[in-house]
Amino acid sequence: MTDPNLRLLYQEVILDHNRYPRNYRAMPDATQSLEGFNPLCGDRYTIFVKLRDGIIEDISFLGAGCAISKASASVMCSVLKGKSVEDAEELFGRFHRLVTGQEDATQHEAELGKLAAFGGVSEFPMRVKCASLAWHTMKGVIESRSEKVSTE
Amino acid sequence: MTVETGTRARRTAASFDVERIRKDFPILKRKVHGKPLVYLDNAATTQKPASVLDAIQSYYREENSNIHRGVHALSELATQHYEEARTKIQQFIHAARRQEIVFVRGTTEAINLVASSYGRDHVGRGDEVVVTALEHHSNIVPWQMLCESVGASLRVVPITNSGEVVLEDFRRLLSERVKMVAVAHVSNALGTVNPIREMVAEAHRFSIPVLVDGAQAIAHLPVDVQDLECDFYAFSGHKMYGPTGIGVLYGKERMLETMRPYQGGGDMIKSVTWEKTTYNDLPYKFEAGTPNIAGVIGFGAAVDYLGHLDHGALDAHERLILYEATEMLQNVPGVRIIGTAREKSGVLSFVVEGVHPHDVGTILDREGIAVRTGHHCAQPVMDRFGIPATARASFALYNTQHEVEQLGKALRKVQEVFG
Repeated sequence: MTDPNLRLLYQEVILDHNRYPRNYRAMPDATQSLEGFNPLCGDRYTIFVKLRDGIIEDISFLGAGCAISKASASVMCSVLKGKSVEDAEELFGRFHRLVTGQEDATQHEAELGKLAAFGGVSEFPMRVKCASLAWHTMKGVIESRSEKVSTE
Repeated sequence: MTVETGTRARRTAASFDVERIRKDFPILKRKVHGKPLVYLDNAATTQKPASVLDAIQSYYREENSNIHRGVHALSELATQHYEEARTKIQQFIHAARRQEIVFVRGTTEAINLVASSYGRDHVGRGDEVVVTALEHHSNIVPWQMLCESVGASLRVVPITNSGEVVLEDFRRLLSERVKMVAVAHVSNALGTVNPIREMVAEAHRFSIPVLVDGAQAIAHLPVDVQDLECDFYAFSGHKMYGPTGIGVLYGKERMLETMRPYQGGGDMIKSVTWEKTTYNDLPYKFEAGTPNIAGVIGFGAAVDYLGHLDHGALDAHERLILYEATEMLQNVPGVRIIGTAREKSGVLSFVVEGVHPHDVGTILDREGIAVRTGHHCAQPVMDRFGIPATARASFALYNTQHEVEQLGKALRKVQEVFG
């Protein structure tokens, strides 16, 4: 791969998670789940979450889409397992800033960890939606939970 | 296409000077990501020759005015050019009369016009509308909407694994209940050329009118609406080297005559009083409001451009490019062509094993190659083949064998990235 932008987009972490997605499974005992769909390109994922006392005890996904969307879902699940809802929302914000070019991956590599691999997406505006689909779906899952909690 | 026809096409295509043609299209000189543009997204929209761009410019610079109403010189000039374009298009599709050419925004609006106007008066509860399984959403949704509102049902003719309409099933679906057949001339997702003449003849045995979605055919196949005997033929200017936002509904005069206006407003009336409005004659009855004058004039210039080419050589050239591209793709391991009908035109949909079409599209783009990826507004076609999307290379008269080779090289790069 000679194109430096392409190399930044398809980093080894992304190719690896696309090929061998982690936490790629249904979760029969999930406390909630939600399907995320990008009607423009047909990417479709279901995110399963087991929430207990504001902690994401387990998170997994199923579905199909491009390498960017699948790797993003896979990395997201790895990163969010064991995190609090607040931490997940904070990371969602960071991820969004990263893929839209508002945060420089190279300056925050330590805090971003594996998420830093998605820094190259910002050079490909058409692919931001691919990278964000799983995250938006995750946010929807968590928000429906808090709604449910408040009505109970 | 067989090898034999490929050889024959190669000989005829040699008389087509593609390098000279390319000089007519200013955009083809540009680079994308530092690489020469290889534009293979012609089924989405084609590029425009300088003569079309000049015609639009010249209308705005020299004669901008409204048509059909002014007595002043500019209005007269603009009206003349607008109406000349109608005549050019009439001749281009071999329509019997110029009043059978109705200007609309594009194919989608043309189909909606027929579904709304003809459909609402002739399709009722318990009736049926027949479409095929390879239609674009724009030839599905207007009929679905119509059927839903009047209590009719939409029947779908299946396609084979190669992407051909099953004619036996088509015949079986025809009956007195069917009030409209709507079918694509060429499939935008698969490239299949449908046997329109046969289908029209079958439908007419039951006195069923046929609407043909010609969006993908008009720039690539000779279209003779009288020979096809179709009742309606819809197409867009921008897919035949003309501007966006302008298209045509061709309708047989006796069909259009009986149809109610689609939209009300200026230009479509003869007289208006509080008691009664008399509608204008054809085609103005269907052209309410100030039309896309610049678009029509640009459209006319596109028809002029196509009209001046040697059609035998052009057809051979396009066949050759499709043939070469098909052969090339067949030789890239892990690539599968979706849509292998015997008669195809201009479209090559494919999937790369283990790589999602979007990733294919991004990597090709970095090589300067523009292809479309996704469901191509034909989700039922994707479902039929059990895939979420394809990458689609679609060709036009300015594409070259060198560009096909570039596509092949770039696809090997895709496989390199995804190992």
